[in-house]
Amino acid sequence: MPNSNSTLISMQGISKAFPGVQALAQVDFTLYSGEIHALMGENGTGKSTLIKVLTGVERPDAGVITLNGQKIQVKSPLHAQELGISPVYQEINLCPNLTVAENILLGREPRRFNSIDWRKLNQKARQILQRLDIEVEVTQSLGMYPVAIQQMVAIARALEISARVLILDEPTSSLSAHETTKLFQVMRKLKSEGMGIIFITHFINQVYEISDRTTVLRNGKLVGTFETAALPRLELISKMIGKEITAFEDMSRFKQQSDHQTEQAPLLEARKLGHSGVVSPFDLDLHAGEVVGFAGLLGSGRTETARLLFGADKPDHGSLSLAGKMVKKFSPCASILRGIALCPEDRKADGIVPDLTVRENIVLALQASRGWFQFLSQKKQYEIANHYIKLLNISTPSADQLVKNLSGGNQQKVILARWLATNPRVLILDEPTRGIDVGAKAEIQKLVLELAEEGRACVFISSELEEVLRISHRIVVMRDREKVAELSGSNMDEKTVMQAIAGS
Amino acid sequence: MTNLLRLDRKFLPLLMTIVLFILLYGYGVVQYRGFSNPQVFFNLFIDNAFLLITSIGMTFVILSGGIDLSVGAVIAFTTVLSAYMLESLGLSPALVIPAVLLVGVALGAVMGSIIHFFKVQPFIVTLAGMFFARGMCFVISTGAITISDPFYRAVGLFRIPLFGKTFISVNVAIFLVVLAVALYLAHFTRFGRTVYAIGGNEQSALLMGLPVARTRVLVYTLNGFCSALAGVVFSIYGLSGYGLYTVGLEMDAIASVVIGGTLLTGGVGYVAGTVVGVLIQGLIQTTIIFQGTLSSWWTKIAVGLLTLLFIMMQGAFASTRQRRLHLKATTGTKPASQEEGAVLATHYEL
Amino acid sequence: MSQTDSLWRRLSGYNLFWPIIALLLIMLFNLFFMPNFFKIEIKDGHLFGSLIDILNRGAPLMLLAIGMTMVIATAGVDLSVGAVIAISGAMAAVLINPALGKELITSDKLIENVTFTPLWLVIVLGLLVSILCGLWNGLLVSRANIQPMVATLVLMVAGRGVAQLITNAQIITIYYSPYFFIGNGYILGLPFTFYIVAAVFLLAWAITRKTALGLFVESVGINSRSSFLSGINEKNVKLMAYTFCGLCAGIAGLIISSNVKSADANNAGLWSELDAILAVVIGGTLMTGGRFSLAGSVLGALIIQSVTTTIYSFGVPPEVVLVVKAAVVLAVVLLYSEQVKGALNNLFERKGVQP
Repeated sequence: MPNSNSTLISMQGISKAFPGVQALAQVDFTLYSGEIHALMGENGTGKSTLIKVLTGVERPDAGVITLNGQKIQVKSPLHAQELGISPVYQEINLCPNLTVAENILLGREPRRFNSIDWRKLNQKARQILQRLDIEVEVTQSLGMYPVAIQQMVAIARALEISARVLILDEPTSSLSAHETTKLFQVMRKLKSEGMGIIFITHFINQVYEISDRTTVLRNGKLVGTFETAALPRLELISKMIGKEITAFEDMSRFKQQSDHQTEQAPLLEARKLGHSGVVSPFDLDLHAGEVVGFAGLLGSGRTETARLLFGADKPDHGSLSLAGKMVKKFSPCASILRGIALCPEDRKADGIVPDLTVRENIVLALQASRGWFQFLSQKKQYEIANHYIKLLNISTPSADQLVKNLSGGNQQKVILARWLATNPRVLILDEPTRGIDVGAKAEIQKLVLELAEEGRACVFISSELEEVLRISHRIVVMRDREKVAELSGSNMDEKTVMQAIAGS
Repeated sequence: MTNLLRLDRKFLPLLMTIVLFILLYGYGVVQYRGFSNPQVFFNLFIDNAFLLITSIGMTFVILSGGIDLSVGAVIAFTTVLSAYMLESLGLSPALVIPAVLLVGVALGAVMGSIIHFFKVQPFIVTLAGMFFARGMCFVISTGAITISDPFYRAVGLFRIPLFGKTFISVNVAIFLVVLAVALYLAHFTRFGRTVYAIGGNEQSALLMGLPVARTRVLVYTLNGFCSALAGVVFSIYGLSGYGLYTVGLEMDAIASVVIGGTLLTGGVGYVAGTVVGVLIQGLIQTTIIFQGTLSSWWTKIAVGLLTLLFIMMQGAFASTRQRRLHLKATTGTKPASQEEGAVLATHYEL
Repeated sequence: MSQTDSLWRRLSGYNLFWPIIALLLIMLFNLFFMPNFFKIEIKDGHLFGSLIDILNRGAPLMLLAIGMTMVIATAGVDLSVGAVIAISGAMAAVLINPALGKELITSDKLIENVTFTPLWLVIVLGLLVSILCGLWNGLLVSRANIQPMVATLVLMVAGRGVAQLITNAQIITIYYSPYFFIGNGYILGLPFTFYIVAAVFLLAWAITRKTALGLFVESVGINSRSSFLSGINEKNVKLMAYTFCGLCAGIAGLIISSNVKSADANNAGLWSELDAILAVVIGGTLMTGGRFSLAGSVLGALIIQSVTTTIYSFGVPPEVVLVVKAAVVLAVVLLYSEQVKGALNNLFERKGVQP
């Protein structure tokens, strides 16, 4: 039972602004000892910023943080550790080349005559892991173990440093059901020992399974902190989503207008297309004029499927044909020439070329398809760039602005422009609205429907189910790297899609 | 039983290097008379002692994920400086040797500091260091300086007898001491483990609270010391100092480390492996000499190709390992999604 | 904001601003100590003077810098250019007189002004072998995915060995006088090397700025993955960069061996890789890849050559220049490092001048 008399952490009035966006505005957050406190909010709501402030990665512009009643200023991640605040991130921050025992104890190793006492080190590591009910060979390299075990080791290290506050950031994203259960057992044990645990996740049922209280953030503001058991799920969802639903109401009207039967032959046909170990062989038909949504949880293989269709990865199974012609060469360049485009999921790593200008980013794919020698003249480049800046309403001082200086939403629009400039017949969009403000989201969704109206085939991959439902004519459901269902017409509602994802 | 097998996998690269050495040695014994003389084995150490010493230092640098292109130049500079101090300044070895070692240490410390605190790529800082050291050789003297110091001479001629008619020389003894210290540092001190940690994942090492800055600077300092010590050994046996000595030696050192099984990206490898790597180079050289007709430049080519082979193997190993782990995460384990989906379905019943 | 302030800001915004200033300063420094520095006269039917000397002696470095710019722009580096210089020079020397490669120079016949292979073939084969070296590096980097520094290190080591093999470990003297024209000849009063550099520069400029290749190179250097997904064949872009760099090193090797009238596998082009990298960095191309400036690199090479000439004219032994170069490399790289840039920005901001 959370002891409300012993407040571990109290954050009051925390505000933090970054250039162009107020990440946190007057947020309050408290953590009691002996409680598991879930922190929820969509991407970009300030969740991660709040944690960064607590762990010393960022300094707040305003607000007060107290630890056990004493005011503190967390100066750096190291300092946070010293204070007893221990984060365990999704990317395990350990050294895979060192042994499990070393990863737990390096920095605090038992010594004998000023050198490392390996026997004691290994023994102590085993003991700590036993406390978590884990038994692994501590002399093995950490990298040989799966992510679930590595996470446990990270937690073990945090414990060894006698942490009082444990922050688990999306710990279950890469875990199986069984591994998640184990993790929860460990968390309950630590809770009973008086530790305060902040649990960040987007899995709603896990929140209900393990947390005592839940805090919801939206748009950088605190929506509220609630006793989990007393909060109905419906209410939680509506608090997370808020009133944005109305902004999209006219979207469904727009879609109904453009909803038409596609009787003609498919534009893109995939037959038993697959890549062993990455995506199971699947069949897919894309027709001109339709938007096919891809629904599924993180890691279900949608991005990998997109890459296969685009030729970024080579399949080792099955075939793909465009307008009746078999695809022989799988490469991005060949696909662009054929008229297939992919707007990738990771804008920063796979999308923008940060130090090039908006103009250069926009004409890049078009130029690549023309090869080395058919160089677009400067005049033509500016023409194309300015056309799309206007069309997509890209907010930039000029076409010569470096892309890295644009906001996330505008960067996404630049990438979109790049692909539109190649005049594709098939446009595959992987999470095009992630991390973008509501206004830009609506613009992009409207654009996708207009593109379909023009006779293209669009694939729309998104983790936001409402978005997928809103603009798709058909929905493909993926689970565990496999296409498991295809829904259309009256079958397309939240319940059916969720059931398809769940497999019930 | 499984314990033994799992242990093997970590030591696999080292094992391969040792097997290669044995095979090469076996080839030599079979092909050439005189190769089976045990002194041939000890000569490997005697002739390459300075390379052994500096390669040990280089191992630590590469383990930490860095590189040092200045070692050949520092060795040469040490010989020139030693010769100058002994001959022109008439100082005694008791003063000269510690002094030149200190210079090596200082150079290493400066390079390490620039690399860490200004975040400049190691290869360019140490490349500049190489040029600096070479240039300084010629600032001191454009030609070679002969060393006539009696202490140096005596040490150079001194033979430590082993069994039968075999012997080793003092430089080998020095190398063995350096090896012992290196093994201790690598496996029994926090410094050594931190070196491995930085090479494995520097960001994690930082977040784990390990003294990354101090360790990195120390690694280059240690390497500077090893190079200077190798330079002292070189000057004892060459009895002269010259700016054009050991040109390109850094490549030999790097080759030894790579052939010895250390990953160029850092984090994985053993000092013992580097020793075998140097011995393999010496063996190739010896084999070519025994062969008689091949130009000794073939050694350089052979070593270059061998290095390339090992680098490519390292690359292949790394990618298969990644693929294996990736597969493990996606197949064969039941995902949370099934459970997750069912509950999500119920709460979406608006 | 006065007129001069905004003029200064506009000027300093140009990429070539600082290299040009540096070069001017060095020239002025020389002029101060040697009034004859800028004097150009006609002697032996061609232009003659310190400035001409700098252009002539600096030609190999300018070529290396042009080639190295392409490689660095793709976020790579080529440490083997010195070895390629040795290889191409060795190739040329041995083709001119294969006998020299096998025998000691004793017979009178061997010092005759003849060639065993026609000159044009000597040049073509010399360049071919250096293109192969560049291809080798490019394949290792683009197909085998080996780090550029490591991949080119292999050739840096083994390459000199190959050159030694070609020359049979001797320094081969070249006696065929038409070959000397490459490094010592004059056309219309200007050194022949000047025309070579101009031609290569124009070629590089045309390829990178008049075709899409320049854009691709910059894109690949900044973000290789985005470039791949945008349809750019980033493997071939990198391959081309290293091959071109090898070619430039080969041309430089022919010039050098022509200048010194010999092929020395050990010393030809020794330590020239640092000079080339330094020239590129001074010229404004970042070591991390991306935007590049051919003109900047050529300017950088001229700066290095001028500094070297200046130091020689003061009677300092040539190898000491190495120390100066080391210091300059470090200074330039530090200036571009984040810390120093940040510190300088703060300095200027506090003084009220816009950075």
